Amino acid sequence: MLSRRALMFTATATPFFSLAGEGWADTPKDMIVIGKAIDDIISLDPAEAFEFSGGEVTGNCYERLVVPNPANPDEIKGELAESWTIAPDGLSITFVLRAGRKFASGNPVTAEDAVFSLVRTIKLNKAPAFILNQFGATKDNVETMIVATGPLSLKFAIAEKFAPTFVLYCLSANCGSVVEKALVLKNEVNGDLGNGWMKTNSAGTGPFSVRSWKASESVVLDANPHSPLKTKPKRVFYKHIIDPSAQQLQLQQGDIDIARDLLPDQLKAAQGNPAFKLSSSPRSYIMYLCMNQNVPVLAKPGVRQAIKWAIDYNGIQKNIVPTTYAVQQSFVPAGVMGAIADQPFSKDSAKAKAMMAAEGVSGFEITIDHYNGQPGSDIAQAIQANLAEIGIKATLMAAEQRQVITRYRARQHQMAILSWGIDYMDPHSNAETFCVNVDNTDTARSKTLSWRNSWQDADLTQRALAAVKEPDSAVRATMYAAMQRDHHQRSPFALLLQSTEWAVMRKNLDGFKLAPLSARTMFDQAVKV
Amino acid sequence: MKRLKALAATAASVPITLFGLVLVTFLIGRVMPIDPVLAIVGDRAPADVVAAVRLELGLDEPLYVQFWIYLGKLAIGDLGRSVMTSHTVWEDIKRFFPATMELATVAILFASCIGVPLGVLAAVRQGTKVDHTIRVVCLAGHSLPIFVLALLSLLVFYATLHWAPGPGRQDIMFDEQVPAVTNFLTVDALLARDWDVLRDAVAHLIQPAAVLAYFAMAFIARMTRAFMLDALAGEYVITARAKGLSAARVIWKHAFGNIAVRLITIMALTYAGLLEGAVVTETVFSWPGLGQYLTVSLLNADMNAVLGATLVVGVTYLAFNMLADLLYKLLDPRVS
Repeated sequence: MLSRRALMFTATATPFFSLAGEGWADTPKDMIVIGKAIDDIISLDPAEAFEFSGGEVTGNCYERLVVPNPANPDEIKGELAESWTIAPDGLSITFVLRAGRKFASGNPVTAEDAVFSLVRTIKLNKAPAFILNQFGATKDNVETMIVATGPLSLKFAIAEKFAPTFVLYCLSANCGSVVEKALVLKNEVNGDLGNGWMKTNSAGTGPFSVRSWKASESVVLDANPHSPLKTKPKRVFYKHIIDPSAQQLQLQQGDIDIARDLLPDQLKAAQGNPAFKLSSSPRSYIMYLCMNQNVPVLAKPGVRQAIKWAIDYNGIQKNIVPTTYAVQQSFVPAGVMGAIADQPFSKDSAKAKAMMAAEGVSGFEITIDHYNGQPGSDIAQAIQANLAEIGIKATLMAAEQRQVITRYRARQHQMAILSWGIDYMDPHSNAETFCVNVDNTDTARSKTLSWRNSWQDADLTQRALAAVKEPDSAVRATMYAAMQRDHHQRSPFALLLQSTEWAVMRKNLDGFKLAPLSARTMFDQAVKV
Repeated sequence: MKRLKALAATAASVPITLFGLVLVTFLIGRVMPIDPVLAIVGDRAPADVVAAVRLELGLDEPLYVQFWIYLGKLAIGDLGRSVMTSHTVWEDIKRFFPATMELATVAILFASCIGVPLGVLAAVRQGTKVDHTIRVVCLAGHSLPIFVLALLSLLVFYATLHWAPGPGRQDIMFDEQVPAVTNFLTVDALLARDWDVLRDAVAHLIQPAAVLAYFAMAFIARMTRAFMLDALAGEYVITARAKGLSAARVIWKHAFGNIAVRLITIMALTYAGLLEGAVVTETVFSWPGLGQYLTVSLLNADMNAVLGATLVVGVTYLAFNMLADLLYKLLDPRVS
């Protein structure tokens, strides 16, 4: 017999069970749902977006004149540009656009759109503008330096001679995306060149267009019917999921198709599970330990080298980040022109101690600033233990990432563990920051990583500035290789690891793989079978 | 006259408290060792871009001038623009706060409806197995880390039993299906008479609200028990029993009636606490609420967003405090 109490319980519980009864269906077949932490997005305007998630979204919504060949990043291929000609004096490049290309609105792409886009990036002068304005264009002269020479041709002038590959790689960055001039200007407010509108909308020719961006919630992209790529999914849905365990659960349940932020243990479990497929790609993101040369003991070359010999690179990689990082001891990341596979350092405490002794140093106390999240904290502790073995007592100063960077930019650190991602696929991006320091004063315009560590090496500075002007790609590559080998011996940087990004997807998803640059991680051919 | 004076004093305390709140938050934001320009231009921007943005944000002005400018804008309802979302802070608050409020309201309803009867039961059956069981349940509520409970709940009810939907406020199939009138998804679904969206929104709401409610319930139950024990020992209760009144009448009318006032204060403050945003619950359940907004903004030194969100939390706290005071006066004739 049903008691009154049981009846009340059943009545209360019924709505809960009825809501759950039908179960929760898989994602629709023509929609790709991605679980990812996307709260790093601050803008979807390609002239402004400079973060990983924002770069990936804009990479799928816009095309550039040229892009690195996904199969061989050493090679540049035309995207919107059909061909290009470099002037004999090397001071301009003329691009001819492909005919018949259309924006998501259906309007045709013209040279005027391409010129407007590049001019707009320089005039807006947001964070990525430096990639383009290093060729001499300023707000005042850009309209004379980048001009349309015909309905489908434009000329990009360069103030001084640079390596053509360098110029082309810079133009392949997201800030070189071509936007629809008429649509952008229609949404201009108070002379902002449409920046306010473009933060949350799109006006490109890529395989998708932005349907909506709700910060810390979702980004929804719709297929661009005018894209020649014949976009397969009708919609891509980025679902903001911070917690990796929640991502894993939703992937298992079929609520998302791709999980992008799983932890090493979760990746390991997924590798042995036939329900999932994995894609990985080295990211041009390097973790390093740096030594501020304002600290007298760190300015001794023998001490710097001793620290490099004290670190257990392989132990850290194997024990802390076996799947998500690889050992990388040179400043040009693997996959970029000029990269070398040398690993000159391995843990040798006796050698490190001898090098310290040769400098007359037996031990000292030092602080290491580092990001308080993982794997930064574990790696900092491992390095602290390694340094203790050679008599260096390191105090770890864990803080939020932006707090560490704020101190770093102000040169207030002694030692620090940080990461650096390449801005465009040319070795100069990292050569400049790791080698060049032309003005070591506090008011310097260019605050490269070398500057932040108060390190000036006139030879490497000059060689980095010369390599960026070398027209022959093969010669350029050898110049960077030689610079990296000297950098190993002279710099205050102990390069540690290069990141590897992983995506775990359900087994029925085909046509998706990660790319070395977030902007080249494309979804247009992703399909559920 | 006395009442008018009290009312005037209360009214005067509100702007003073809010001013203090804004001042302290503003100062903390400005002395925080994070450069707010970094959030906007990133780590790689050249010095001239950094300087231009610093100028644009008014960070080159003395601190008191910056505060004065902020107050001026605040006076006309301008909370500024968030760096992280590219929207005005007011627009963000209109989107994030209803999500938190929806979650907190359901959570406090669950917590009160379960916590109060449990607390009363524990007091009435003091020292028995019932009391001990309730104590253990409440202790777990206090001591179990919320992320563990949230993940366990997802594992059991979502992944294993398939009774509940996964994290998020709604299924992606219903995204933007109803117009965002109030930003309370359940209310918007009701207004649009879209029963599928309503069913989906309620389903997504129950699990995080239940997890959040567990902690609030534990607190409310323990407080109710303590208040009730105090009340049950009162002479008026002994008198009521001696008069031969039924146990239910003694407990619910005489004893509970006397603790209701204090309980209302506890519930109001617990509700206000939940409205601040339960960061961990919101994170695990991918709930786009004020707690997450405030945390992300703080970590990125997005000070307009931090100040705006803090102000909302402060106003909410004040409002609930005042509401509790008002109810106190209404329910307890001894309070003038």
